[in-house]
Amino acid sequence: MASKAVLQVSNVLKTFGGLKALNNLNLTIEEGTVHAIIGPNGAGKSTLLNVCIGQLTPDTGSVEFDGQNITGKSPHQISQQGISRVFQTPQIFEDLNIFQNVMIPALAQADGEFTFNPFKGLDQRKDVEQEALRIIDEMNLTSQMYDRAGAMSRGNKRRLELAMCLVQKPKLLLLDEPTAGMARADTNQTIEILKKIKASGMTKVIIEHDMNVVFSLADRVSVLAQGTIIAEGTPQEMRESELVKEAYLGGATI
Amino acid sequence: MAIFSAVVLSMPIWMSPFGAAYPDILQKFVIFGVFAIGYNILFGLTGYLSFGHAAFLGVGSYTAVWSFKLLSMNIIPAILLSVLMSGIFAVAMGYIALRRSGIYFSILTLAFAQMCYNLAYSVLTPITNGETGLQLAKSDPRIIDRLFSEAGEGLPSTTLFGIETSGYSGFYISAVIMILAFYVSLKIFNSSFGLKLKAIKSNQNRMRYLGFNTKPYLLTAFVISGMYAGLAGGLLAATDPLAGAERMQWTASGEVILMTILGGVGTLFGPLLGVIIIKYFENIFSAVNQVDLHSFYALLPDWLEDIMVAVSSMFVGEGWHLTLGLLFMFVVAFLPKGVLQGVEIGYKKISSYFSKSPTKSTKKADTGANHGE
Amino acid sequence: MLFNLMDAILLQLLNGLDKGGAYALIALGLTLAFGTLGIVNFAHGALFMLGAFCAVTFNKLLTVSKSVKDESITFFDAYKEVPYLEIWWGDTGTAIIDYAVPLSILFAVPVMLLVGWALERGFIQYFYKRDHASQILFTFGMAIVIQEIIRHIFGANPIPTPAPDVVSGSANIGQYFGLGDNVVYPWWRLIYLGFSLCVISAVFAFLKFTTFGMVVRAGIQNREMVGMLGINIERRFTIVFSLSAVVAGVAGVMYAPIVPPDFHLGMDFLVLTFVVVVVGGMGSLPGAVAAGFLLGILQSFASMNEVKEIIPGIDQIIIYLVAVVVLLVRPRGLMGVKGVFEN
Repeated sequence: MASKAVLQVSNVLKTFGGLKALNNLNLTIEEGTVHAIIGPNGAGKSTLLNVCIGQLTPDTGSVEFDGQNITGKSPHQISQQGISRVFQTPQIFEDLNIFQNVMIPALAQADGEFTFNPFKGLDQRKDVEQEALRIIDEMNLTSQMYDRAGAMSRGNKRRLELAMCLVQKPKLLLLDEPTAGMARADTNQTIEILKKIKASGMTKVIIEHDMNVVFSLADRVSVLAQGTIIAEGTPQEMRESELVKEAYLGGATI
Repeated sequence: MAIFSAVVLSMPIWMSPFGAAYPDILQKFVIFGVFAIGYNILFGLTGYLSFGHAAFLGVGSYTAVWSFKLLSMNIIPAILLSVLMSGIFAVAMGYIALRRSGIYFSILTLAFAQMCYNLAYSVLTPITNGETGLQLAKSDPRIIDRLFSEAGEGLPSTTLFGIETSGYSGFYISAVIMILAFYVSLKIFNSSFGLKLKAIKSNQNRMRYLGFNTKPYLLTAFVISGMYAGLAGGLLAATDPLAGAERMQWTASGEVILMTILGGVGTLFGPLLGVIIIKYFENIFSAVNQVDLHSFYALLPDWLEDIMVAVSSMFVGEGWHLTLGLLFMFVVAFLPKGVLQGVEIGYKKISSYFSKSPTKSTKKADTGANHGE
Repeated sequence: MLFNLMDAILLQLLNGLDKGGAYALIALGLTLAFGTLGIVNFAHGALFMLGAFCAVTFNKLLTVSKSVKDESITFFDAYKEVPYLEIWWGDTGTAIIDYAVPLSILFAVPVMLLVGWALERGFIQYFYKRDHASQILFTFGMAIVIQEIIRHIFGANPIPTPAPDVVSGSANIGQYFGLGDNVVYPWWRLIYLGFSLCVISAVFAFLKFTTFGMVVRAGIQNREMVGMLGINIERRFTIVFSLSAVVAGVAGVMYAPIVPPDFHLGMDFLVLTFVVVVVGGMGSLPGAVAAGFLLGILQSFASMNEVKEIIPGIDQIIIYLVAVVVLLVRPRGLMGVKGVFEN
């Protein structure tokens, strides 16, 4: 029983100047899986995510999401189709409070990419508000709900960004190093939260350096080096692969 | 809202102790109030700094005067048309300028405003009447008015169904319009639309990745604020039916920016406060002359009096702009969020002083007691 | 007919180069401040105006006069004003007065250095970390203040400041090009063009061949990096700002004989030069110079009657129109540096 592919990246080439950041990359993400992408620095992991969310357009090749071609679409269209991304450095609305931060993506679900309703007060959006409050509670942020987001700790900012993505109920969640720069305790907490989401069956792509995180969460692992996937398999297989070790330790020559 | 309306409408009463209870300045308060409220919708909510809003003010004024000339002396069509016309201009300017952000946006709007200004002075003189400014003439057709009555002797004046729109009645009409304008802006600030605009200001990229198409949001905000400017321009013409190109100069945009930031960008009442402060002091300062100064410093010894007069005369009368410039620098440097913020900080300091002082005194009492032992 | 057209074109070309020289000089200083300091200086036009008033002041200082009995009038006691310089040094004195404008460069350079230093230390340095909107607004206020102080001292009327007699006439350029006697052009404007080219080359040479210039150029490329290298960035920032003030100042000095300066001169030029900088590409020095000349020439040609007949009013808006098109088609400007002023 082959499960359905949610994201299908085919033959994507992306160059910066002379550098091939992505070199004919192929990748399939299957529905309901947690798919980790690992690889040395500069392997093209972030570029891959940027192509997926429409921040970058590939030179050649295509990205298909949920059966539709999304190559060259703008970020907001892709987001409306159901891809959310947590960034390496938290991208939140620093000047707004936490409640507002979560309200906005909730409104994106309700209003679509553009709605002009300047006379509909926020107090008339109870349904949206309920949803936002539920996620805030789930993320243990209720106590600081009316604090300015920019004033929070880095760990909390990350949790807030995760909340913002989750409230959108994306079909595909992209996580760019969700535990980078976090203290041990925070990392564990994040793993717990991610496990909880995993149980919900949402498809996720995680870029991660911390192998503990990868092995405790991922169903499948792809190894990226010099812009191509050099190996793919279960975490167990990857752990034992010589190729992967080589890619990480010495300059991989494929 | 009711309190706000009452405060605005009673301005002739409570402004009188300040010597500002005559219709001319009161009209300026409310009309520039509309302008600043509108500007705040763009700059305050989205953070886009436009140097082109004076152009909309000018477009509004010209449209209104043309409406008086061609259609009717009634201000209703004039104001509707000026809002519409400036809206059209704003769509055109906004569509292009909003393709860029930050300082590029500012310079694009600046370029547009200068184009309008230069054209108003040159090729468009048939429409704008160049340096003289557009004025009413006896021979104007006034089609709608002609349907109901013959042309009277002398120049007709602007009316609202027979009510004169100059003097106090002009103030009340403008005030009611401003209250409505304020109400709309209040609604926008409290709506989800307003929240999205604030989010665009905070992190536009994040908005895109969350699935919002930010362009139409920005354009809508730009057009709304352009229409406010047009409304203000129309009201200026309605209370005094002439229009000149100097209203469109980019330094006039600078003035509305100053009003908005002086009171507090992004706050509801800030811009209004800024307008009142600036227009009030403009009125006072630019009216002061040497004689006034001499009498003001009369108590000082003569030599000091002369020095003080010489120094202060730099800042009053013609020199009002110098004061304005200094004020500008001061506000941007120290109160980037405006006077309201300044008041808030001051209040916090005072209240913290009062809340701390009891603990201090108890401590003192303690040590005192210890000494006693 | 053909020759008439040639004449007109040559004349407009000169006109354009001339205007372009002024634009390029002001834009150069503006870009220096942009690129290295990250400051959007709306007071830059005011500095140009200040330069023009340095010439005015110097001229006035030289012509401080004494009332002397006029011997040529014998019917009654008549007095005339005779400058002290003339009384002291006779013909040499008159010659010095005649050359007031070029000489005032010597006066303007230290004054503008001082002004630049004072503004940077007094105000600008606190705005490096603020957003561009604050910088724009603050320097805008500063421009108003400078402008109003000048108005307070010199009044609102333009003050004619003559060029030296030798060059106050016109050059018969047409003859040199074999175009007949129809192309005459004021000498001083030609001098201005040459002068602006000299200053531009000097600035570029300075940036290219001195260590200091190298750091500045590196700063334009990557501001944080230079700071991290442990170079005393603050002092260099002060110098760069002063330098940009001096360039604007000398541009203003030499411009005084072309347009009698008034307090509003700065604002008039400010908007134009901002457009020039944007067209050239924010942070690109060659771009600023190229765009300055380009727009100057375009503006001159647009004001030819032949062109105005086809598109009325084009002379008034050509620069802005070009700016809008360039910004939309080439967002970084003609020679924009990648990564400068982009968010």
